[in-house]
Amino acid sequence: MIRFERVAKRYPNGREAIAGVSFDVPRGEMVFLTGRSGAGKSTVLKLIALLERPTRGVVTVNGRSTGLLAARKIPAFRREIGVVFQDHKLLVDRPVFDNVALPLIVADTPLREIDKRVRAALDQVGLLGKERLLPLELSIGEQQRVGIARAVITKPAVLIADEPTGNLDPELALEVMNVFRRFQEVGTTVMVATHDMHLVREFGKREIVLEGGHVRGVEDVRVPTIGAAAP
Amino acid sequence: MTGPGTWLARHVQAALGAAGRLARAPLATLFTIGVIGLALALPLGLKLFVDNARAATGDFANAVDLSVYFKLGTPIEKVRQLARRAQARAGVASVKVIPADEALAEFRKYSGFGAALDAIRENPLPHVLGVRPRAGADSTAGLAKLKDYFASWPEVDLVQMDIEWVHRFNAILEVLRRALAVAAVVLAFGVLAVVGNTIRLEILNRRAEIEVMKLVGGSNAFVRRPFLYTGVLYGLLGALIAVAIVLAATALLAPAVSDLAAAYGSRFTLLGPGRDDTLRLLGGGAALGWLGAWIAAARHLRSIEPRA
Repeated sequence: MIRFERVAKRYPNGREAIAGVSFDVPRGEMVFLTGRSGAGKSTVLKLIALLERPTRGVVTVNGRSTGLLAARKIPAFRREIGVVFQDHKLLVDRPVFDNVALPLIVADTPLREIDKRVRAALDQVGLLGKERLLPLELSIGEQQRVGIARAVITKPAVLIADEPTGNLDPELALEVMNVFRRFQEVGTTVMVATHDMHLVREFGKREIVLEGGHVRGVEDVRVPTIGAAAP
Repeated sequence: MTGPGTWLARHVQAALGAAGRLARAPLATLFTIGVIGLALALPLGLKLFVDNARAATGDFANAVDLSVYFKLGTPIEKVRQLARRAQARAGVASVKVIPADEALAEFRKYSGFGAALDAIRENPLPHVLGVRPRAGADSTAGLAKLKDYFASWPEVDLVQMDIEWVHRFNAILEVLRRALAVAAVVLAFGVLAVVGNTIRLEILNRRAEIEVMKLVGGSNAFVRRPFLYTGVLYGLLGALIAVAIVLAATALLAPAVSDLAAAYGSRFTLLGPGRDDTLRLLGGGAALGWLGAWIAAARHLRSIEPRA
């Protein structure tokens, strides 16, 4: 579902964020992307969401090579990918409902359907009843979950998240991570970039470790602990 | 997933959203549409000026008279004989003989030079024929032929046509019409610049929002839509203001113009902007607003790409 083949990305300022990264995430799997800050985690996610194109190598997402996609096809491509950001990128002057509905609105979805699906998505992240609140009236954890609801409302085949638990206390972090796992359990391919090693161990999913722009290794950590059902 | 109903709903939503945004910043909106209104009012005003000038002087073209001046010393009997001959000519509606004596008497009466004229022993004025061409024969070529006919008489000193004055007047109107066209083009660019710049600022103000829209898969067309509606609204409202300005100006000028016309024995009243002019201006304003917004959007939306 997500395949990197000897992918390198050099930014216009000359910095080479990743060099020769290869990995393959099959459909329906959930993987963690780990590594220190600056190891290239964000770059990998940007390449998947087509916020950047690879300098060398091939990135294939959902059967399509991102390097070759015409600019006018990028919007449709992005609608098939749910992205959760560490700073959640919510529109602070719009209520929760509008934020979550945005991916449906840009896709010209009928209004009646939007209403139904926004409620369903908010229900999935435990925020039903907070539609009319503004993002800043919510806690950090709730804001993060609004971001997740927005990412999953189009029922994307691929869900990626950049440090989604970075600002959360351990309990909230676990809660958010469980939300991701529920989507994986219904068939979504999920990739979560994190440096919370404790959480990664607890979940026992495959882990792609980046170091200095390379893949240091792919580890299978399958130690079942409390709060994480063993696959 | 999407039908024509949804498409329409989206456009209505974008239009209402744009209107809402303008209403929420009334002062800035008023300033922008005020500038557009002034820019559009000028060509409309010029057009009305030209239209009114033509309407006020509309019967000039039908009143092209020829004045045929005889050489001094031509006997009045000869003049009357020639007048009868001219009268019989096709293309001539009427011929009026103005003998030198009558002309002098009239001049003495109206000019106020009576005493000065008494000092002159002989009448310095010639006999004159006032010739009115028949309707239909007053084309430029027909008039030229008539002029040549009179000029060929050996007793005639000078043939003068009022048409020269009409030509000059029409030339002045033509200059005004050209000036109007030039002003319209220049001011259209002005409107484009005003709308374009306003939309540019709004795009930059809403940068974060645009980024997020693109991030979740919003196409350029989707992101552009509300800005295009904003541009159209600016243009339309600006045009309405222009019409209001011109209506107010017409109302202020109308009494004075009527007085002036009455002084010349005319019942002319000032024409305001007609329905066609108004509709054209509204359409033009909307089109310019749309174009200005489109140009700004094309230039600036592309540069806003989401960054994670």
